[in-house]
Amino acid sequence: MSRNRILATCIVGWAALFLTGPVLAQSGPTAPPSEPMVFATEEQEASYQQLVRELRCTVCQNQNLIESNAPLAADLRRQISVMIKDGAQTDEVVEYMVARYGDFVLFRPPKNATTYLLWYGPGALMIIGLTLLGLILWRRRSQVTTDPLSVEEQQRLRRLLDDDEKGSS
Amino acid sequence: MIAEIGLFALILALLLAVAQGTLPLVGAARGDVALMAVGRSAAYGQLLFLGIAYAMLTYAFVTDDFSIAYVANHSNSLLPIQYKFSGVWGGHEGSLLLWVLILGFWSAAVATFSRSLPREVLARVLGVMGLIAIGFIGFTVFTSSPFERLLPAAMEGRDLNPMLQDPGLIIHPPMLYMGYVGFSVAFAFAIAALIGGRLDAAWARWSRPWTAVAWAFLTVGIGLGSWWAYYVLGWGGWWFWDPVENASFMPWLMGTALLHSLAVTEKRGSFKNWTVMLAILTFSLVLLAAFLVRSGVLTSVHAFAVDPERGVYLLAFMGIVVASSLTLFAWRAGKVGLGGSFGLVSRESALLTNNVLLAVSGAAVLLGTLYPLFLDAFGLGKISVGPPYFEAVFLPLMLPLLLLLGFGPRLRWKQDSPTEQLWRLRWIFAASFVFGMIWPLFVGTWSFMAGIGAFLGLWIAGSALKDLVERIRPRPESQQSIGTRVRRLGRSYVGMQSAHLGVALVVVGITFVLGYDDERDVRMVVGETVEVGGYGFRLEALEEVQGPNFTADQATVVVYKNGERMTTLTPQMRQYFSQEQPMAQTSLHRGIFRDLYVNMGEELPGNAWVMRVYYKPYMNWVWAGVILMGLGGFLSASDRRYRVRVRREEELPVDRADQDPATVTG
Amino acid sequence: MKLRFVLPLVAFFALVGLLWVGLSLDPRALPSPLIGREAPSFDLPELRDPETRFTSAEMLGKPALFNVWASWCVTCRQEHPMLAELRRSGVPVYGLNYKDTRSDALRFLARFGDPYDAIGFDESGMVGIDWGVYATPETFLMDRHGMIRFKHIGMITPDIIEQKILPLYRQLEMES
Repeated sequence: MSRNRILATCIVGWAALFLTGPVLAQSGPTAPPSEPMVFATEEQEASYQQLVRELRCTVCQNQNLIESNAPLAADLRRQISVMIKDGAQTDEVVEYMVARYGDFVLFRPPKNATTYLLWYGPGALMIIGLTLLGLILWRRRSQVTTDPLSVEEQQRLRRLLDDDEKGSS
Repeated sequence: MIAEIGLFALILALLLAVAQGTLPLVGAARGDVALMAVGRSAAYGQLLFLGIAYAMLTYAFVTDDFSIAYVANHSNSLLPIQYKFSGVWGGHEGSLLLWVLILGFWSAAVATFSRSLPREVLARVLGVMGLIAIGFIGFTVFTSSPFERLLPAAMEGRDLNPMLQDPGLIIHPPMLYMGYVGFSVAFAFAIAALIGGRLDAAWARWSRPWTAVAWAFLTVGIGLGSWWAYYVLGWGGWWFWDPVENASFMPWLMGTALLHSLAVTEKRGSFKNWTVMLAILTFSLVLLAAFLVRSGVLTSVHAFAVDPERGVYLLAFMGIVVASSLTLFAWRAGKVGLGGSFGLVSRESALLTNNVLLAVSGAAVLLGTLYPLFLDAFGLGKISVGPPYFEAVFLPLMLPLLLLLGFGPRLRWKQDSPTEQLWRLRWIFAASFVFGMIWPLFVGTWSFMAGIGAFLGLWIAGSALKDLVERIRPRPESQQSIGTRVRRLGRSYVGMQSAHLGVALVVVGITFVLGYDDERDVRMVVGETVEVGGYGFRLEALEEVQGPNFTADQATVVVYKNGERMTTLTPQMRQYFSQEQPMAQTSLHRGIFRDLYVNMGEELPGNAWVMRVYYKPYMNWVWAGVILMGLGGFLSASDRRYRVRVRREEELPVDRADQDPATVTG
Repeated sequence: MKLRFVLPLVAFFALVGLLWVGLSLDPRALPSPLIGREAPSFDLPELRDPETRFTSAEMLGKPALFNVWASWCVTCRQEHPMLAELRRSGVPVYGLNYKDTRSDALRFLARFGDPYDAIGFDESGMVGIDWGVYATPETFLMDRHGMIRFKHIGMITPDIIEQKILPLYRQLEMES
């Protein structure tokens, strides 16, 4: 991709990456600069914008296609825009990407047997948490009189308690 | 010489940490006053030597000493001076030095401000902080010394990453680390209490201001990081649900829960076990954050250089700290009494519900962050968990919390009548719902989700303001003027309401910026105009400009509103001398109801550029909210009751009326 | 000591175990979904002879190695002698010249040698996308029916040749 674009697919650790990591396809110098995408309809524009945000750039550290300046990300953006202009639906584009790069490209993980825990775990945890909380509060409820005491009542109670303790000890 | 002095000072600090981490604890166990007293001097000494080490590294940066590998890798003789100071924490080793320096600072702060604590308690707290310091200073000395020499010395430094050459990055890491490391104080107090076997209201009162300050720093630190990302990364994003961001968000969520739980423990003596657990968990998540950021286990845009040795060390350190504290917890926790009782609807139950919701949200973030690792470890494939997941899962978890936030702070301790409170808030509730649903119409196309967000923001703010007004409104039975009433509110209360108003602003800001931002990538030549969010952006000129360590292509973009010239933006595409790749510099026009944001993309044939133009509504509400939240934390920590010399714990008022007969005898 | 106070400890040990395993994993290594599938087909101009075409069908009939490379890729340069080595061992080596210019690529071959039986010239990188290429060099091993059986990302080392590629290649040769 264009030399005129910052390569920084990675922020802090990028220098280290160059020292130790595999050489990634991020410095290919020949691709033409990507022209801004122009779509015929608002729907196409919207699904393009959604896709480039929800698909992960595989060469980058952790960026989606719109954030990334990597050449591959630009190619994929172009490819997606071409597909959408040709009338492809969002899920067709997703299928296309998954067939080539695997589930890894989906920032929205698919719902399947391995990810049920991921998708439904938090909800289940909240139900469990709130149920436990309800049980605990319910059990403790009996320890308190139903109506809040007024100031006078509290003072009287304190006097009574004090007397009671003196009496019992 | 400089590097050797620095390393030597660091090693001395380590030795002092060993003294601080052992002698006071032994002293406290044996009742030996002299040994206990070591804690304070060791803490001061440690801070001194860490300060020297830090000063040496800074000196090396300022004097361009490229015989030190770290300086050669993170500085350059042309680097502007302010970035030579901030470059000290521009990489793993130096940022770790900043981390231990801040740890030393917190230790010394505890030694200074907690003189009135019982001797044993202070000794144990400082002892625990010493143990933590051993771990981190040891990590610096043994795996990540910033003083390593480079032989032969480099002629010129490789320069600080241009992304880090920014004012936001000067203050973000120190703030963030003040927050992270500050939670070690809350942790140390919790462990000290567990060791001493005394978990009581006094313990909660002592650790609460420390927790509030740490929380406030972390809030501001995270906010600054986000603020920096927003204008530096140049595509309008400000929160990415990146593992490293999540790593800072988890301790924040848990710290928020801790802050609220401490309130109950201080005021009512309840939830002691739970509060201790939260203090341990919060600090464990800080350690986890350090591990995730510095070990390379997860891919992140922000991660430091990857080195498995460091990962092993940090994991072992975290394992020892957390496992021993949880063991201590399991051993001691059962012995703690029940505390004051409370009813089904009361301030206590509201705060407990808040805790449960925050803990579940934290767990959700943890699950999402580690799930790819989990699947990979079991060979079940590689997946990515990103913003769409967190927006789908995390945001709904926030809804009940935000609803509760408008209601909970008004509940009385111990027991309250739900119907009465709901009845009192009925107009606030109805009004915020109606106006919340209308509000999005003024921003863009109406949507239900935006309406809900606006409603929640209004509801929280409305309820907080109503409470405030009720407290300062003149009453017939009282002679106090409004001024006196305002003064008598107490910083703790004002801090709480400030933080809650901050939440309201953040909620509204996030709702609208997520729902209504607009963005265009357009090819532009000089003289062309593009329309975004009702504003016209006209490219007036393209020129070359010179900076101290870069040259840049600069675009002059004039913004028009209704045909009138409003402002001029000058984004740049900078070519730093030390870097191969150019870097875009965003230009922003900030406003109360929207930011306008222009960034240069790439040069196109025909003297044209791709310009990225953004319209970000209500963005500044988020930043303002974060500031209010941070301010709230600092305010409540400075409440009068924490400033007066803490009385000895036996003298702390114990409200007998709060103690239910059933619990007192049973 | 009640059980519920011990549970956090147990959960924590599980977490540490997970992170420990995580330390030895490479979060960047991606398994290819193409393994066990038919190789994506293509029809590209041959790099060295623009007039002729190189199609994926030409790699059928015998197990074959398919190497994605470019002249701007530094690792490819380091890897290059390995390909010649494989070629000498009798493995057919095909190439995909990925997002390169013809002149640069030809200069690269002139300088470092040319071990390829045929090279597709993928200027736009579209074939690369079909093959799920994200980092160069990438190397695929296909059986005689054009099924992808193995993929390596990054440089091929002598170890990988000895332990993975050659044994698998011999095995694929046996398969009918």
